[in-house]
Amino acid sequence: MKNAKIRLVLIISILSSAHLAHAQGSGELTTAFIVGFAVLVLVLLVAAVTFIADNLMQIEAKNMGINNQGANFSVFPKLSELFGEKPEYLDGNQPVTLLKEGYDIPLAGAPAPALASIKVSGTHSLSPKDFVGMSPIPKILFAEGEEVKAGDTLFFDKKRPEIKYASPVSGEVVSITRGEKRSINEIVILADKEISYKEIKEFDLKDCTRESLIEYLLENGVWPFIRQRPFDIVADPKDTPKSIFISTFDSAPLAPDLNFAMEGQGKNFQKGLDILGKLTEGKIHLGLNASMENKPSSVFLDAKGVQKNWFKGPHPSGNVGIQIHHTDPIAKGDVVWVMNAQDVNILGRLFNDKKYDTERLVAVSGAELIEPKYIKAKQGANIESMVKDNLANDQIRIVSGDVLTGKKVEQTGHLGFFDDQVTVLKENNNYEMFGWLIGMTPRPTISKSYPQGLYKGLKMNAETNTHGEHRAFVVTGQYESVLPMDIYPQHLFKSIIVNDFERMEGLGIYELAPEDVALCEFACTSKQDLQSLLAQGLETIREQG
Amino acid sequence: MKPILNFLEKIEPDKEKSPFLHTLFDGFHTFLFSPNHVTKDGVHVRDAMDLKRTMVLVVLALQLCYVFGTYNIGHQHYLALGLHTEGFFDGLGAKLLYGLLQILPIFIVAHVVGLGIEFYFAAKKGHPIEEGFLVSGALIPLIMPPDIPLWMLALAVAFAVVIGKEAFGGTGMNVVNIALLARVFVFFAYPTEISGDLCWVSYDYNLLHSIFGMQAGTLEALGLDSLPEKFASFKAFALANTPDGWTGATPLGLAAKGGWDAVISSSQYSPSQMWWGTIPGSIGETCKPLVLLGTLMLLATKIASWRVMLSMLIGAVFTGFIMNITTGDPTSFLGVPWQYHFYMGSFFFAMAFMATDPVTAASTNTGKWIYGFFIGSIGMIIRVLNPAYPEGWMLAILFMNVFAPLIDHYVLESNISKRLKRITSAQ
Repeated sequence: MKNAKIRLVLIISILSSAHLAHAQGSGELTTAFIVGFAVLVLVLLVAAVTFIADNLMQIEAKNMGINNQGANFSVFPKLSELFGEKPEYLDGNQPVTLLKEGYDIPLAGAPAPALASIKVSGTHSLSPKDFVGMSPIPKILFAEGEEVKAGDTLFFDKKRPEIKYASPVSGEVVSITRGEKRSINEIVILADKEISYKEIKEFDLKDCTRESLIEYLLENGVWPFIRQRPFDIVADPKDTPKSIFISTFDSAPLAPDLNFAMEGQGKNFQKGLDILGKLTEGKIHLGLNASMENKPSSVFLDAKGVQKNWFKGPHPSGNVGIQIHHTDPIAKGDVVWVMNAQDVNILGRLFNDKKYDTERLVAVSGAELIEPKYIKAKQGANIESMVKDNLANDQIRIVSGDVLTGKKVEQTGHLGFFDDQVTVLKENNNYEMFGWLIGMTPRPTISKSYPQGLYKGLKMNAETNTHGEHRAFVVTGQYESVLPMDIYPQHLFKSIIVNDFERMEGLGIYELAPEDVALCEFACTSKQDLQSLLAQGLETIREQG
Repeated sequence: MKPILNFLEKIEPDKEKSPFLHTLFDGFHTFLFSPNHVTKDGVHVRDAMDLKRTMVLVVLALQLCYVFGTYNIGHQHYLALGLHTEGFFDGLGAKLLYGLLQILPIFIVAHVVGLGIEFYFAAKKGHPIEEGFLVSGALIPLIMPPDIPLWMLALAVAFAVVIGKEAFGGTGMNVVNIALLARVFVFFAYPTEISGDLCWVSYDYNLLHSIFGMQAGTLEALGLDSLPEKFASFKAFALANTPDGWTGATPLGLAAKGGWDAVISSSQYSPSQMWWGTIPGSIGETCKPLVLLGTLMLLATKIASWRVMLSMLIGAVFTGFIMNITTGDPTSFLGVPWQYHFYMGSFFFAMAFMATDPVTAASTNTGKWIYGFFIGSIGMIIRVLNPAYPEGWMLAILFMNVFAPLIDHYVLESNISKRLKRITSAQ
C-alpha cells in the first residue's frame, strides 16, 4: 500500500520535472504554442520510455519464472493497490483480486444466520435434467414400488455408464415422471423415517492409486458432485484436470452464507480437500471473499493443501468461473474441475462417516416468505416441507436456486441436485400504466436513471415481470459492466447466434458457464435470453467440436 | 386502470384480418401499459430498464434544445427583418409563436413519415413496433435548417428510414445514424437548401402563420399593407429589406473567409452570442449551455457513452491544437484558436446526441475511444481544411459509423489472439 503511493509520487514528479525544466526556457507568448507542443512531445517521450521499460521489466519477471500471480512487478501501482483498501484480517502480502464490474441485486428476504428446527421429510427426488449434457432417457435401475437405500445407484447415463447417480435417501421409489418424448423428469423416493445407508467399504487413502480412488468415488455415487469447466458438465473420470477450483462464497442474491454452512464441518471439508488433492497434479484453488467485514470461516482459512485466492467485488465475484478467469484461465483443451463448497463436505463424509450423506444447509429466502430461514436438507428434498405455512400470499413463484440461475419449481417439486437455496418471489403478471416511464414500486436496476439509486441500502422485493419486451441488441457496454472478465459478451453471443465456431472459441466461450452471464441477462435492456443462448453455444461445441 | 384495460381489450383489432391495425394497437398498448410478460427460463428477475425508457430519456434530454430552437427560429426571423432587436426578451411572445408555427409542421412531418414507415414494416414483418424512431424522430427536426421545405424533409426521412434502417433489418441493425442520414440526404440531394448563408434563417410564412395572423401583423409592423408586387416571394422581399450589415452568414462561414478575426469583427456575432445560441443555425444545436445540460443528463443516467464523448473532445482539441501550430496567421481558418472552435458550429450537439448512438458507434469499450477520437479529429479537418463543407461533424460521424465495425473487428482480434497466446504458452 505504502509502496504503491511512493511509486505514484515518483512517477508524477519525474513527468512534471521534465515539464518544469522546459517551461523555464520559454517566456514569450507568441511562441507559447510551439513550446507547449514541444513540452507535450517531451512528456510523451518520457512516458513512452517509462512504459516500455516497465513492460520489459514485467516480461523479464515472467521469463524468470517468478510466479507473479497477483503480485505487481510494474513501477506503476495497480489501481487496486491505491484504492482497494484491504480488510484488516488480511496480512499485507496476500494479493487481492479487485473486481469492479458486477452488481449486487439488493433483494429483501435474506434469512438470519440461525438454523430453523424444521425436519425435512417426505419425498426426495433425483432428476437427470439437473445434469448438463445427460441423455434424456438414462438407464434406471429401480422400478416404481421398489425399496432403495441412501447411496444405491438409481440410474446412469448410457453414454457414460461409469458415472453412477445415487439415491439421496432410503425408501420406496414412488414415481418416475416423464416429460416430452418419454424423457425422464425425475425419480421420486418417499423417504423412510429413519434413513438407512448403503454399506460402504473401507478405503485406504494412504496407499491408493488415483485410479482406485476414482473407482471408489464413482461406485459410491459422489462423483456427480464434481463438475468440469468448460461446459459445466459432470467431470469425466478419464481426464486429469489441470487444477480444481472451489469458491467459498456465494455472491448471488439471497444466497446462503457458506461460512455459516461450514460450522462443525471443518473435518469433512478438509477430508474432501485431501481427496481432491489426489485427483489433480495441479493445485486446488480456494476462492475467498475479501469484501466482508468479518473474516471468513476458520474452516476455509485453516484449509491445508490449497492455494487461497482472495476476491473483492460485487456479484459475480463468488462465481467459480470468474475466479478461474483471474487465477488460471481456461484455454482450449484445458480441463478444470469445480465443486461447490458444501459438496466437498459430502465427499469428506463418505470417508469420515462411511455413508453417502448429502445433507447441506439450505437458505429458504425471499420477500414473499413470512420468515426466511436456514434449514438442513438432503439433496433433492421436497419444497413443500420447506415453505409450508410460511408463504405470505399465493401469487408467487418458487425457484430452486437463486433468482438469476435457479429453476422454477412447483410447490410440490424438489430441490435441484446442486442447489442449496430456495427463493420465493412475486409472480407479477400485471399491466402497469406507463410502467416503463414511472415505475410505481422500486425495482432493481443497474441503470442510474431511477431515483432508488440515491437510497443506499434500500432492499427491494423481487418480482418476475420482464419490465419490457424482447428487442434486438441495441445498448452496448452494458454486459461488460457486470461481467468482470476480459471477454466481449455481446460479440460472443452474436457469434453463437450465427454458429461461428472459431469466433466462439476465440472470444472465450470455454471460460463461461451460463451462471456467469446471468447478471448480463438480468441487466439486458433488450431482454435477451443470454443464459440459454450460451448453453446452446456450449452444447453445439461439445457435440460437434 | 382496470376500465382502460377492459376498453382496450374490447377494441383490439384482429391480428389475422388486419395486421397493420393490430401492430398499431399493440404499439400504443405497450406505450400506455408496460406489458404483463413474466420471465420464463433463465433469470427470474429482470432489470427495470427497457429500450423504451432508454430512448425516451434521450428524447427528454433534447427538450431544452426544442424550447430554445423554437425561440431562436423566431428570434432570427425578426432580427433579419430588423424588428425586436432589443435583446432576448424583446418580442418574446411573437418570436416563440413564430418559431412554434415553423417547427410544428417539421416535427409532425418527420414523425408521421418516419413512424408510418416503421409501423408498416413492423406489421409486414409481424414483430412489435420497436422504439428506434423515437430518438431519430426527435433528432431530425433539430438538425434541419428552419425553413426546410416539408416535402424535402419527408423525402429525407423516408430515405433514411427505408434505406438506412429497414433495409438492414430494423432497430439495432442499422450501420449509419438515421438522423444524420436524413440530413446528409438533404445535404447532397438539395445542397442549396442546407448550405450557404441564407438557409439558416426562416424568412417565409407558412399556412399556420397566416392562420394565426402572424404575416399580417409583421407587415403592418413594417408599415406595409401588402407584399409589393415586384417581389415574387416574401423571402426576396425580406432579403432586400434587411438592415445594413446583415448578411445571414454563419460564424463558420465568416471564419472560413477570414479566421477568428472576421467572426468577432463582424457586427453580428460576439462569442457570448455564439455560446448562448442566438445565432442562425440548424434548429436545435445553437445553444451550447442547453445542449450541455442535456449532455449532463445523458452522462448522469449513463445512457450515452462517456468514452465516446471524452475521446471525441480530445480528438477535436488535439487536431485544433495541431492546426494552430502550423500557422501563426490569425486571419486564416487554421489559425482560429482551438478553444474557439467550440463556440462555432454544432460540436457539442454532435458529440452528445449523434456520435454516441450505441447502434452505430463502436461496440467495444476500447473501440469507443478510437471511434470518438477519429470523429473529433476528422470532423475538425473537414470543418477547417475542406472548402466545400462548412461543418464537419455530420460527415465525420457518418464516416466513422462505417468504420466502427472495422475498429471493433481489430479490438476483438486482439482479444482473440491474446487468448490464442495462452494456449501456445501453456504447451
